[in-house]
Amino acid sequence: MHEIKTLSIDNVMVSAAEGTTVLDAAREHGIDIPTLCHLDGLEDVGACRLCLVEAEGQNKLLPACVTRVEEGMSVKTHSPRLLKYRRMILELLFSERNHVCSVCGADGHCELQTLARRAGMDHVRFDYLHPALTLDATHERFVLDHNRCILCTRCIRICDDVEGAHTLDTAGRACDTSLVTDMADTWSDARSCTSCGKCLLVCPTGALFEKGSLPSEHHGKEEYLKYIVNAQRKMPWKR
Amino acid sequence: MTIEELYGIGEEFRNKLGTFRAEIQVCGGGGCLAAGADDLLKNFDSACRQHGLENKVRVVATGCMGLCGAGPLVRVTLNDVMYTRVTPDDVAGIVEDYSRKLKRYKERLLPGDFAFYGKQSPVVLEHMGHIDPWSIEDYIAHSGYEALAKSVTYHNPESVILEIRNSGLRGRGGGGYPTGLKWDIVRRGPAGNKYIVCNADEGDPGSFMDRAMLQGNPHSILEGMAIAGYAVGAQQGYIYVRGEYTRAIECMRHAIEEAERMRLLGNRIFESGFNFHVDLRVGAGAFVCGEETALLRSIEGLRGQPRPRPPFPSQSGLWGKPTVVNNVETIVNVAPIVLRGARWFSGVGTKGSTGTKVIALTGRVNNTGLVEVPMGTTLRTIVEDIGGGIVNDGICKAVQSGGPSGGCIPAKHLDVSYDFDSLSSVGSMMGSGGLVVMDDTTCMVDMACYFMDFCRSESCGKCIPCRVGTVQMHRLLDKIRRGSARESDIETLEELCVMIKDTSLCGLGQSSPNPVISILHYFRKEVEQHVFEHSCPAGVCSFEDADPASIAPPTSSEDISHA
Repeated sequence: MHEIKTLSIDNVMVSAAEGTTVLDAAREHGIDIPTLCHLDGLEDVGACRLCLVEAEGQNKLLPACVTRVEEGMSVKTHSPRLLKYRRMILELLFSERNHVCSVCGADGHCELQTLARRAGMDHVRFDYLHPALTLDATHERFVLDHNRCILCTRCIRICDDVEGAHTLDTAGRACDTSLVTDMADTWSDARSCTSCGKCLLVCPTGALFEKGSLPSEHHGKEEYLKYIVNAQRKMPWKR
Repeated sequence: MTIEELYGIGEEFRNKLGTFRAEIQVCGGGGCLAAGADDLLKNFDSACRQHGLENKVRVVATGCMGLCGAGPLVRVTLNDVMYTRVTPDDVAGIVEDYSRKLKRYKERLLPGDFAFYGKQSPVVLEHMGHIDPWSIEDYIAHSGYEALAKSVTYHNPESVILEIRNSGLRGRGGGGYPTGLKWDIVRRGPAGNKYIVCNADEGDPGSFMDRAMLQGNPHSILEGMAIAGYAVGAQQGYIYVRGEYTRAIECMRHAIEEAERMRLLGNRIFESGFNFHVDLRVGAGAFVCGEETALLRSIEGLRGQPRPRPPFPSQSGLWGKPTVVNNVETIVNVAPIVLRGARWFSGVGTKGSTGTKVIALTGRVNNTGLVEVPMGTTLRTIVEDIGGGIVNDGICKAVQSGGPSGGCIPAKHLDVSYDFDSLSSVGSMMGSGGLVVMDDTTCMVDMACYFMDFCRSESCGKCIPCRVGTVQMHRLLDKIRRGSARESDIETLEELCVMIKDTSLCGLGQSSPNPVISILHYFRKEVEQHVFEHSCPAGVCSFEDADPASIAPPTSSEDISHA
C-alpha cells in the first residue's frame, strides 16, 4: 500500500500517492508544467530544465519530473522567476541550432514551437550560432536532421528502453553533442536498427521523420507508451 | 600480516636506512620531472659510485617536494639542505661537497629559513617528498598502514566513524560535506554491497595536488580507502584517475600490487574478517567526470553525464548501492586522524573548517608549488610569505580560488582567512584548492573569458542552460574583449549568470558563472572600460572588432532585451 501525501501546488491542496512525481501530481490536478525531455513511460533524465519548480524552504529549484511528492510540501510552478528562466531556456535552444520553423516539416506540430509560443517568446536575444550541421538520409525510410535536434534524448531512451535496440545514442560533448546511430555509422550501416520507427514518434521537433511524409503527419499514440512499458517491465498478467 | 609483522617490516626498513649516512632525494613531482629530474637521478647515481659512496648514500626519487616553480629540487638529508633548479652540472659539485665535507656547495642552496616551508604545517603532505613512492616498505617505515592495522584490530567501525565525525573533517574536493556524516549514511544504508570511490579526476586548471599525492604517496590513499571501507562495511574500492596522469596511474597500479602482495589489501586484512579490494579506473579526459554522479556512471562503463540528485551516491551510488565518494585529499586525511585522534585534528584550523588544506599555488608569485597550511591562514600569508610576493615586485591585483567554479578575490580582501565559509563570504569558494595569483598584467575580462571557454567545452551537453548558456556567455565575453559589445550585453551576461546558476543540472553548470559573477562584482569598472572606452588596463585585449566611431559614452538602453 502506498501512503498518500498531501501537498500544495500553486496554492491548491492536492494529494498524491507516495512516490508520485511533482509533475504527475500537478498534471493530475490540471496544473500544467512545461516539459521537453519528459515523456510518460520513459525514464526521466531531468535534462531540459523546463519543469523546474520552486519549493518552499528550498534554495534550489527542483525538476518536477524527478522530484517525489513529500508531505506538506508547498510548490510554486509559475513564479515570475520560473517563467523568465523557461523563456530563456527556450531562447537558448532556438539559438543553438538551425530552427527555422517556416521551412520545417514539423511546423505547427512542434513541441518546441508550441512551448515557445506559450511562453510568449517573440524573439531571441542571443546570437544564433548557426552551426553547419548535416542530415542523415541514408536509411531506407527514415531521416535524421541534426539541424532540428534539441538533444532531449527521448529517441535514445525509447530505442533502448522499449525497443531494446540501443541504436541511437549521443556522442561528443558540450555544443558538439550529437545523435549517433551505432558507432557513429551512417544510419543505413547501423545494423542494430530494427527500423521500428518508434524514435520518429517521440521526437518533439522535426529532427526525425519518415521519407515521403512530414513530421506533422506522424500520428503516434504517445499516451499508450506508459502502458506498453508497464506491460514489458511488470508483466502484470503473470502471477 | 599481523600488526606485529607490520611493525617488524617498518623496523627492518628503518634499520636498512640507518646503514646509509645520508640520502640524496631527487623530487619526482610533475614539475621537476619536466625540468629533468629523471636525468639528475642517473647523474647522482653515477657520481656517488665514482666517489665510492654507493653503500653510504641512498639516491632516491621521492614525490613532490612542493616548490615546483624552482625545480628540479634535490634534498641531502645529512644536513637537511635543499638545492633548487639543479642542473646536471651541479651534480658533481653537490656530491663532492658532501663526500669531502667541504663547506657547502652554495650555488643552488635554498636558505634554511625559507618562508615557503616555514609557514606550512604538513599533515597530508607530511611524508611526501621524503619517501620513495615506489616502495611500500618506505611507507610502512613511516608508520604507514598503522592506522589501518589499529582500526581493524582495536576499533569497531562505529568508533572509526565517530572519530572522523568528531574531527570535523569536511570534503576537500570542493563541496565541504562532512566526511563522517557521509560515511555514517553509507554505513546505515541497506546491507549488501557498498563501495568506496576515490575521486582523483582532478580537472581544474591550475590544480595538481591530487596528482602529487597519487605519484608521491600512493599508499596513503590506499590506506585511507581501506579504513573507509572498514568503517562503512564496503569490500570494494575504486580509484578514478584522469587518463592524462600516466605516471600517477603507473605508480598507483604498482602500489595496489605491492599492497596486495603484502596482504594489506585483499581478504582477511590483518587476520580479521575484513576484506577490501581496490581497482583503478582511468578516465578519458572529461572534466565533468569529476562530478560524482558522472564519475559513478563512468565507472559503470556508461557515458559520463551527471544525473539529478537526490538520490545521493551515499544512498544510491555505484550500481544503485550505497557509495562513499571522497576526494584524494579527504581520504589521505583519514589515517592521520585515526592515529593522532579527532581532538588533535579539530584543534588545527578554524571552528567550521578543521585541519589543513593543500593548495596548488600558481600565477604571478615568486614561489609557485604545492603548499599545505592550516585552515584559517590568511590569503596574505599565502601570497606574500609562502608565495614570496608578486614577481618583479609587482602588486597583487586579485586571487582566483577554486578554478572554473570559484571566483576572483580582489587584493583588498587579502586578509580573508582561507577556509570554506570565509571564501564563500567574499563570493569565491575553496574548490579543490587551486589558487591563482594575478597582478596588473592580468585582464579580468580575458581571465573570465578563459574560464568560460573551459566550461563551455567541458560541458557534458546534457542540460540546456550549461550546454548553450555557457557558449552564449563566452560569446558575450569575447565580444567585450574584441570591442564589439554594447551596454546591453553586460546585462544579458548578468541575466545568464543568474539563470545558469539556478537552473543547471549539476555542480559544474551551477558554478560555471562564478568567475564572471565575481568580476562583474569586484571589477565592474574594468569591464565597463572595455565596453565603453575600448581600453584594457592590463593591455591584454586588442579590440580588433572595435569600430573607432563606436567609441561613445554609455548609450540609452533602448536596445536592451525584453527580459
